[in-house]
Amino acid sequence: MLIEALILLCLLGAAVVFIAPSRHAPKLALGVSIPPLLVSLYLLFAFDGSGNALLGGDIAYETFAEWLQLGPYAVNYHVGLDGISLPLVVLSTVLTTLSILSAWTPIDERQSEFYGLVLFLEGSLIGVFAALDFLLWFVFWEAVLIPMYLLIGVWGGPRRKYAAIKFFVYTNIASLVMFIGYFALVFGLGDAVSSTGMPAVAEALRAGQLSYLGTPDVGIAPDTLAMAAFLAMFVGFAVKVPIVPFHTWLPDAHVEAPTPVSVLLAGVLLKMGTYALLRFNFTMLPEQAATLAVPIAAIAVISIIYGALLALAQQDLKRVVAYSSVSSMGYVILGLIAYTVYGVGGATFQMIAHGLISGLLFMTVGVFYNATHTRMIGDMSGLAGKMPITATVFVAGAFAYMGLPLMAGFMAELFVFIGAFESTVLPAAPLFTAAAMFGIVIVAGYLLWAMQRSLFGPFRLETDYELGRAPVHDVVPIVTLLALVIALGVAPDLVFEMIRDATLDVIDFGFGGGS
Amino acid sequence: MIHEWLLLTPAAAFAFAAFALFVIDAFTPDDSGGGLLAAVATIGGIGALSASGVLLLSGVAAGGVELFGGQLVVDGMSLLFTFIFGSVTALVSVASVDYIRELPHKAEYYLLVVLAATGMSVLASANSLAVVFVALELSSLPSYALVGYLKNNRGSVEGSLKYFLVGALSSGVMLYGISLVYAATGSLLLSEIASAMGGASGSYPGVLGIGLLMIVGGFAFKTASVPFHFWAPDAYEGAPAPVAAFLSSASKAAGFVVAFRVLVVGFPIQDIAGTLDWVLLFQVLAVVTMVLGNFAAATQENVKRMLAYSSIGHAGYALIGLAALTNAGGAGSEATVLGASMLHLLVYGFMNTGAFLFVALAEHWEIGRTFEDYNGLGREAPLASVAMTVFMFSLAGLPVGGGFLSKYFLFAGAVGAGVWWLALVGAVNSALSLYYYSRVVKAMWIETPAEPVGIERYPTGLYVAVLTAAVVTVLLLPGLVVFDSVAFDAAAALF
Repeated sequence: MLIEALILLCLLGAAVVFIAPSRHAPKLALGVSIPPLLVSLYLLFAFDGSGNALLGGDIAYETFAEWLQLGPYAVNYHVGLDGISLPLVVLSTVLTTLSILSAWTPIDERQSEFYGLVLFLEGSLIGVFAALDFLLWFVFWEAVLIPMYLLIGVWGGPRRKYAAIKFFVYTNIASLVMFIGYFALVFGLGDAVSSTGMPAVAEALRAGQLSYLGTPDVGIAPDTLAMAAFLAMFVGFAVKVPIVPFHTWLPDAHVEAPTPVSVLLAGVLLKMGTYALLRFNFTMLPEQAATLAVPIAAIAVISIIYGALLALAQQDLKRVVAYSSVSSMGYVILGLIAYTVYGVGGATFQMIAHGLISGLLFMTVGVFYNATHTRMIGDMSGLAGKMPITATVFVAGAFAYMGLPLMAGFMAELFVFIGAFESTVLPAAPLFTAAAMFGIVIVAGYLLWAMQRSLFGPFRLETDYELGRAPVHDVVPIVTLLALVIALGVAPDLVFEMIRDATLDVIDFGFGGGS
Repeated sequence: MIHEWLLLTPAAAFAFAAFALFVIDAFTPDDSGGGLLAAVATIGGIGALSASGVLLLSGVAAGGVELFGGQLVVDGMSLLFTFIFGSVTALVSVASVDYIRELPHKAEYYLLVVLAATGMSVLASANSLAVVFVALELSSLPSYALVGYLKNNRGSVEGSLKYFLVGALSSGVMLYGISLVYAATGSLLLSEIASAMGGASGSYPGVLGIGLLMIVGGFAFKTASVPFHFWAPDAYEGAPAPVAAFLSSASKAAGFVVAFRVLVVGFPIQDIAGTLDWVLLFQVLAVVTMVLGNFAAATQENVKRMLAYSSIGHAGYALIGLAALTNAGGAGSEATVLGASMLHLLVYGFMNTGAFLFVALAEHWEIGRTFEDYNGLGREAPLASVAMTVFMFSLAGLPVGGGFLSKYFLFAGAVGAGVWWLALVGAVNSALSLYYYSRVVKAMWIETPAEPVGIERYPTGLYVAVLTAAVVTVLLLPGLVVFDSVAFDAAAALF
């Protein structure tokens, strides 16, 4: 019942804010975003599940009700949380509340619609992470697109219409490809499953019950089917993540989106892609993943290096942070394909860590922009003297990104590297790990360079705005995020323990392994 | 048996409403507001939908009850479709109060709407080719007049004439087809035609085949499918928008229900495949209709015309219900895909009616008809714009409304019936359709208008109709479960 309450609180809050007058909307939105936050924190502390929700684990806060029947397949209303999805739900609620706060300064028109859509987005995101039936999951998955499309399209920068439609079309076509892939599997399983539920399909697939799609005479053989479905789903989710070469919508969307929306886009929406990759591709079809280990790891490393190099080449601070997301998501993929406890667990931990850190950096860039009205690195220097707190937070966030010990980014990358290094699924694992580690150097390079030019040195600003200290409601969210980043870095077991518990079954499929 | 007559209550509700309108018009010919007339028509629609709903739930007609010596049959399918006609009629009547407030001949307008609905509900029950033809004419003739209702408007008159000419031609063709079928089989009753298939008609395969082909032509006209679709864009664009809503939702569904019954009951594919493989024919028609409708819709600049082409595209989706009856996946899978097609028409009845009624609202505001004219409507009329957003995304198949589920049922049913490639064409078209549907959303919410629209009137009737349609469309996402077993059982009962 608590998950339904959580989603309903968001959707009702969205409706209330949508019809409220604009001048009250910001505070009202902050107010109605608090109850979901508290509920999600309660879920985190009262969590009593164990194991993986898809692989026979003990699902927490589970609700199951029959919904529809189509031919031989039941479609159920089935939601629940395990150690992988719960931290992501909490990430969504935390980032939503903070991004609402960070929107107070930049969003100055059509506020009630803006905050209404943000809360609608929050409800859909929670649904994505909580749903355990494919069709229900897909409903939320697609529902996320609509508020995001409008948020970019209405409140974005100069090229917002182009960016919004590009985002919408890219991700929607990807959804279609993925949808076809999953249903090919369901049909291929034939009588082995009686519902579209993700746990049923995952267990049937791992038990090797996939048979011919069609008949053995005119049909697709199980191996071919599994591989085709794996590729279809991989491509579908790769767009969302995004992985090179499907990343081109991301910089456009990020640069045009208003800062609070960028925070949610980088912080949570990208995690939908990696979460789905873990849930579908890597949990349901481990053997296909193992077969494709080398190309997938290669793509991951290319994403890391290429994304970092692209970030190095940018002049716009926001673009720097946007491209760095491409790079960070590469670590997640590398961790997943390693199929070790630290690999998969570290990848999941990286989703949380990156959500917090990239949210932090986007918000900080937003605070600078609110004051200076430019994001071009070349237009400013020496901001640290004028905006000391914001600059400090930015420096700390950047170091978290680079992997400074005792910060979440360090733990995440450490886990991923340990996991990838000892992988037995991935041939030449140390080689891939070493190449990925080199990415850290570039990350450090572009962040330090960007900071050096914009924050330090003599003060200079190309615009005519007066620089003052940032307002309190701009500083509170970034300081909160920084505190969370440090907390997770000092005590990763706050969430890593449950993540680890939920990923143990994923890596256990007979021939993989490692510790 | 008295209760057999009760089965005709839904059709009778329309007929009584029509007679009541006649009487009211005779006694008070100058009812200036038209409120009473609209109320009577709405009550007729609500009466039909609640009567058919009650009959559906009570299950008295689950097995199909034949009346008048088998000329009419009341079963799950006829009741489900009468439910659709009742809903659309009620929505359109409520919306028309504001739309035709300033126009003359209101009584005739509502009368024609209700008469056409009567014809449609008879069409849903028609069990012999003679009744099919009479009911088809009863629903078509009022429609021609309704399209030309704005008689001082060139587009309206032109659309009406085009609709009438194509309609007259295709009903002539269809009538000739019926006579050929009669010549080959010696009967007009669908059940007897089916039983003559192996025996008596064996000697005249050519006559039978050509006859069936001509009958299919009549259905293609009524459902606005290729190759008899070209009246639709002009007629829908020229017609008053509530009439366009009525035609593209209810009239199209009527064409489908009669096609389902005549083809599945009268010409079972396993008996006639050697003469005329109508499944193959509908596979071709479904693909061409889907592709043509969606691509043409993508190139339109006029919202109403875009909706007209999208309506052709949706006819293509619904045709999958007939095109997938290949007998490859077993009887159960055939009932599933045919039932899914019925469900899609049900959901479509609400979301498409709502979309056209939003266009009616826009015409009422006199803001123009192109996408650009809708710029900034989201600020001036947020509630109606939210409703239109729901319609557009639901038509595109995004999961904000029942349109997602019914499309999913349809495509999954097609895969289950062994025609996965039809589902693929449908899915690709559906993805493409998001492009032109989202243009409306983009115009309403994202674009800024060149000059403020300045909306001052928020007409109650149109708002009630649009918002009701939106609420039902959204509720059909979790609530399609109420109808799905009805539709699948109704489809299974046909085989």
